[in-house]
This record gives sequence, C-alpha cells and structure tokens, in this order.
Amino acid sequence: MLRTIGVASVEELFCDIPEELRFKGRLDLPPGLSEPELLAHLRELAGKNRHLDQLVCFAGGGAYDHVIPSAVRTVISRSEFYTSYTPYQAEITQGVLQSIFEFQTLICQLTGLDVANASMYDGASACAEGLIMACAHTGKARVLVAQSIHPEYRLVAETYLRHQGIAVDIVPCAQGVVDLAALAERLGTDVAGLLVQHPNFFGHLEPVREAAQAVHAAGGLFVVAVDPISLGILEPPGAYGADIAAGEGQALGNPLSFGGPYLGFLSAKEELVRKMPGRIVGETVDAQGRRGYVLTLQAREQHIRRHRATSNICTNQALNALAASAYLALLGKEGFREAAYLSFQKAHYLEARLRELSGKPGGLSRRWDLPFFKEFVIQSAVPAGELQRRLIARGFLAGPSFSQVGLEPDNALLVCATEARSRAEIDGFVEAVKASLTE
Amino acid sequence: MHPEELRYTKEHEWVRVEEGRKARVGVTHYAQHQLGDVVFVELPGTGDRVEAGKSFAVVESVKSVSDIYAPVGGRVVEVNAQLEDQPELINEDPYGKGWIAVIEMDDPAEINALLSAAQYKEHIGEA
Repeated sequence: MLRTIGVASVEELFCDIPEELRFKGRLDLPPGLSEPELLAHLRELAGKNRHLDQLVCFAGGGAYDHVIPSAVRTVISRSEFYTSYTPYQAEITQGVLQSIFEFQTLICQLTGLDVANASMYDGASACAEGLIMACAHTGKARVLVAQSIHPEYRLVAETYLRHQGIAVDIVPCAQGVVDLAALAERLGTDVAGLLVQHPNFFGHLEPVREAAQAVHAAGGLFVVAVDPISLGILEPPGAYGADIAAGEGQALGNPLSFGGPYLGFLSAKEELVRKMPGRIVGETVDAQGRRGYVLTLQAREQHIRRHRATSNICTNQALNALAASAYLALLGKEGFREAAYLSFQKAHYLEARLRELSGKPGGLSRRWDLPFFKEFVIQSAVPAGELQRRLIARGFLAGPSFSQVGLEPDNALLVCATEARSRAEIDGFVEAVKASLTE
Repeated sequence: MHPEELRYTKEHEWVRVEEGRKARVGVTHYAQHQLGDVVFVELPGTGDRVEAGKSFAVVESVKSVSDIYAPVGGRVVEVNAQLEDQPELINEDPYGKGWIAVIEMDDPAEINALLSAAQYKEHIGEA
C-alpha cells in the first residue's frame, strides 16, 4: 500500500506534524488477541450484564418490553436497508424513501395529525423540539411543562431551551396528574405552548381535553407526549386538541437494547409543517407521471436555513423507524389494538394481585389510586432500590424507582405489565414481591 | 426588466410610491431569477411596525431562504394574501401580482436614499 501511494514508510505520512509534537514511545495497549481469544473476552464482558433472557421484565418508565414479531428483524436486516446511507439522492434510494414515507404516514394515522417527520433521536428530544416548534409558530418565549412528564424529558427540554431565551415553567401535579388550577394560574398570553404526557410518567391518564382548551384559550399550542402503544385503545392526540404530538417509538418493534438506539416521533397539524425540524419525505410524480419519493421542504433545515433553522438535527433513526413500520404492518389494526388492550388487561391483573398484598407485612400499596394504562406506582416499607435488588435476585426486573429519575420519595417505583407477560410470570412476580418485602 | 418609475434597494427590493404616504414593496426580477422557484412566503402581519433595512418578510425557494428587508420604515397596512396559495406569482409577475406588502411610511423622505432604476442596473452589473 505504501508503494502504491509513493511513500517509503508510515512515519512519512506524518511529516507535517512537528517533531516535538509527535508522541514518542508505545501506546499503553495490551497485546493483540486472536479471534477465539477475543470472542471469549467479549463474552466475559457481556456476561456481566443481565438481560431479558434472564430477567422477566416488569419495568416501564418510557421504554417497554413488548412482543416483537421475528419478521421485523428479517425486514430490517436486509442489506439494502441495513447498510443504506441517507437518501439524499432520490434517484437511487426510492425504496428507503418509500419506507420512511410509510413510517410518516403511520405516525399521522396513529396520532390523528396531518404531518410527521422521518423521526427524531428519541422521545425526550422530540418533545423538546415540539416545544421549540410552538415558540417558532407563536413567536412567544415561554412554555409550560407538566411536572408529571418523564423527568428526563423535562431535563432534555430545559437543556434544549435554556440558551434559546425560552423560559420553561413547570406546572405542578396534584395527586399524580397535572393540577388544572395551577395550570390556569401559570397560563398567560405570553405562553407559546404546554407539554403534557398522556398517559403520564406515573401511568395515569391526564385531563387532556381541559388542558387543551385552557392553553388554546390563552393563545398557545398543545404539545402531547404519548406512548404509541396506548394509541391502540386511547383516543389519538389529534382528536382531543393536540397541535403537536411527540413521543418515544421504541415500543413499536424495537428491543430495549440497554437504552438505545431508540426512536423519537413528531407529528403536527399541517399549518405547522414549516416549523417542523428534521427530515421529511414527500410523495410526488416524476416527469413521466410515475409516483416517486424525495426529501422535501429542505429549506427548513439547517444546511439551507443555517442560523434561522429552528433545529440543527439533520438526521433520523431510519432503521428503528423501519422496525416500527414493519411491526405495525405485521400486527395490523387488529393486532395493534390487541397489543394495547392485552397490556391494559395484564397490568390491571397485576394491580389486582398486588392489591392482595396490601395490609400484609411489607406495607405495599399503590401511591395513587387512579386510572392507569399499563404501569402504575407502588410503594412499600422497603426502600425501592433495595426492593429492586431483591427482585433481580429472584429473576424479575421492576422500576424505574423514583430515585433513579431524581424524584422522591425513595420507596416508590414503577411497575408495568405488557401483553408480553404471561399469567404465570405475573403470578411469579407477585410471589417474588411478597417474598422480597418480608426478606 | 426594471421599471424606470420604481425605486430600488441594494438587497433587490423595489418600491412603488402610492397616494397617502404608501410604499408598495416587492422583489425585483433579478431577485426572483436568483432565487429560483418560490415555494413559500412568510408575510408580515397587517399593523406590524417595520424599520428601514430590517427584515420584515421571508421568501423561501426550493434551494434557499431569503430575508426581505423593509426599504422604508413605517407600518404595514396591506399584505398580499394571494402569495399564501400562489407564491409563484413572485416569479411570474414580480412587479405586479407578486407584490409583497404596502407600508405606510413614517418619513416619505427615506425614498430619496433608494436607488434609481439606472443605479440599480449598475449595481447588478447590467448597466
């Protein structure tokens, strides 16, 4: 190779770096490993983690263990998708563009809104961008965020908005849902938008209709963060007054993967499309009248609008979005509704079984006795972190605990059941909780 | 290409002075040609106050986004709502149907600082 490029040695390639700046000596690296030695080493490292082949998942809080049909993996593993680059050249990437267009269409159908983009990094950043859209559209510089949203979503929104001169006011919750009286106090004609999560971080249903009316009356937009699976039985955001919907799409066909990669989605009413960040795929016809797809409305994006772009995202989570589309196509409307309904039923079966433990040693109870979708908050005499450790030792994963996301008290944690949990698993979990409380 | 009776700015806006201290504003033929197909116009609001030299509208084409600067200061009294559905009017008829807004001037003397058609042609190298 050196001969081909006309250079005598590797050192010659660094001739532009002054002698005194060059690292002398050897890098502190261990000797190289052969392939079997390397595989054994990696296996040992991976063995330090426990994953869902070893633990039964009753954890929630934004990322969930739902059933993923095997065909999803087959679809996304096709090298045309798996190794594809960004579809900037429409003439050679019609397949990828079409798949993204279908994803956008599915998100619009699920959320009941007009336009969606090609996806965002994750739910947290999608919500932050939704708030920024509200500010860009209204020209106002204050947003309200319900305290009952995922604490990490709030932190990300604050990070995104802090240096853009936008004030973030938190609307406190009362008894596990947003406090409408507190909302009324904080609304004003200077509010660009309100962000509410529905179902919220605690699993509860929020008073979304009232919240929508209140923020609209004040001249602001309603931004809703949603669990996409919940849309199999709950009304879509577009039906109860949302102007913008955002959320975490991991539950659609993507595994938990120790926290990522995940999938943000963002949809909105048509009039907001020019304020929407990220890639958007459009459908059109070519010069011969044949249907084709292309990246469109690119004058929104930072590579053209520069400092006037509302965001500097210039990517999407294409493979994760494809997994979501494949998942929805494989389940179909009926299957999707079933996944949502079964999750709801199993979580309620879990709650009923756990309720049998209240009044018994260990002091287990629900923190708030409110309607919920597929997760809820329990508390006990045992600190949540300790309870989680005892449950892991018995083969079950529960959480997150409040402490893990910066909330109080330290004896509260989330538990969740999806359609993936069998009755035997739920009964086993309840036994494990009972044993862990009295350990 | 560049009507004699209009005044121009270096940033390629034109102004037609009308009765009652009114200034009708648009972008020149040269501007629409440079922009390419206009796909969207962000109009100011009626009643908005504008300052000479500051951006008061945005024109978006397929390949770029351009600020439109107010040639004179005053209050926006009329905007061309047709541009919302037909932004291409800016390309087709930049001095007629493609007008952008009418500003009621605070100080009509500000017109004198603008370029004549001959000066504008020289500015864009067509003299």
